[in-house]
Amino acid sequence: MSATLEAASLGCHVTLVDSDLALGGQLIKQTHKFFGSKDERAGTRGFKISEILLEELNSYKGTVEVHTNCTATGFYKEDGVVSCVIGEDEYFRIKPEKIVMATGAQERLLPFPNNHLPGVYGAGAVQTLMNVYGVVPGKKVLMVGAGNIGLIVSYQLMQAGVEIAGIVEAMDKVGGYWVHAAKTRRLGVPIYLRHTIREALGDKIVEGAVIQEIDDRFQPTGKEIKIDADVICMAVGLTPTCELLWQAGCEMVFVPQLCGHVAQRDLFMRTSHKDIWVAGDASGIEEASAAMVEGRIAGVGVAKALGHGEASEHSGRLEEFKRRLADLRGGEVGQKICQGISCCTVNEWGV
Amino acid sequence: MSGRQEDIVICRCEEITLGEIREWIAKGYETFDELKRVLRVGMGPCQGRGCREMILREISAKTGAPMADIDPGTFRPPAKPVKLAVLAEGGDK
Repeated sequence: MSATLEAASLGCHVTLVDSDLALGGQLIKQTHKFFGSKDERAGTRGFKISEILLEELNSYKGTVEVHTNCTATGFYKEDGVVSCVIGEDEYFRIKPEKIVMATGAQERLLPFPNNHLPGVYGAGAVQTLMNVYGVVPGKKVLMVGAGNIGLIVSYQLMQAGVEIAGIVEAMDKVGGYWVHAAKTRRLGVPIYLRHTIREALGDKIVEGAVIQEIDDRFQPTGKEIKIDADVICMAVGLTPTCELLWQAGCEMVFVPQLCGHVAQRDLFMRTSHKDIWVAGDASGIEEASAAMVEGRIAGVGVAKALGHGEASEHSGRLEEFKRRLADLRGGEVGQKICQGISCCTVNEWGV
Repeated sequence: MSGRQEDIVICRCEEITLGEIREWIAKGYETFDELKRVLRVGMGPCQGRGCREMILREISAKTGAPMADIDPGTFRPPAKPVKLAVLAEGGDK
């Protein structure tokens, strides 16, 4: 959405396709207030931010065409055609001059016995069920992962009246913000640091789980603890969704700090393919605020390549967005992100 | 516990277990594409979204190669299932 807005504001015609039923990506299920900086609407709840963006988008009715429930299923590098499917029964091909791939991320899974039982969820799925559809996933949840997603979803489950049996975290400290951890601890939820899930218990559905302490090499040690729960919620991280980037033959590199394979990009987020830009989690896992700024940068990049807008405007906007990103990436987590980004950024593509 | 480990389903679309994947890695099938050819992992409706990373980690653990050096395999369109009838109708725009 951010890339669309930015490109449209400089005069580009944009077709926006999104596989979800509503625009906004993960924002529509984020009922918590954002951190970060004031420029990025810190203090505003995620779904409110998506409403603001949607309103902004509505002012470009003449130049922006939106397709929801529409998946871009393929990029054909021979002729630059993108294939899209709306729902399951409508198919179209489109040949854009330039493309921004902001395909987001997918949830990581852990292999453990019985992880296929009904009741094992990804945290994103739980958030969708609860915050978009108003459905609670169960009565008692074991959360795996004490990063921000695990902590926030735990708290939101409790707000919905669901009991949290515990939060399991492999590292020796909580990964998420202190304020989120404190909220859950104040409500008496145990956080098991240096623990991992060994297996899910149950015959046809999840009835509990076995967790165990792990050593410095993440090997199980010590006694197994049995936990009663009807839901096991996995919040063990995300990995960039890059099928289309791979299909396009973009140069990819594995960057652990960005949680997987990502496309190499220049300062405007242009990939090694001259017609393809990347933005958001697809370019490396980070917070939504940064994803939106990256989208804006890619939008400027596309407009620039298409000859829309003045050169001074492009460079001015880029500088502004770079400053905003630097603000967001000021902290300890940001340092790690910056390291990762330096591994996959080129100053300029030799054309 | 170790027997139970072998039974973990890694590729859910094609119902391939961790045991089967380990067996073929031990036979020298050390890339994702080779495993795909013998086991069909990653060839179901999700096209490897669920299993690819776990399989790459398993290859890394068994061969000692760092994740960065393991080829994640070939990605071809479509990224999700499309009905043949829908495709046959064309869809020019």
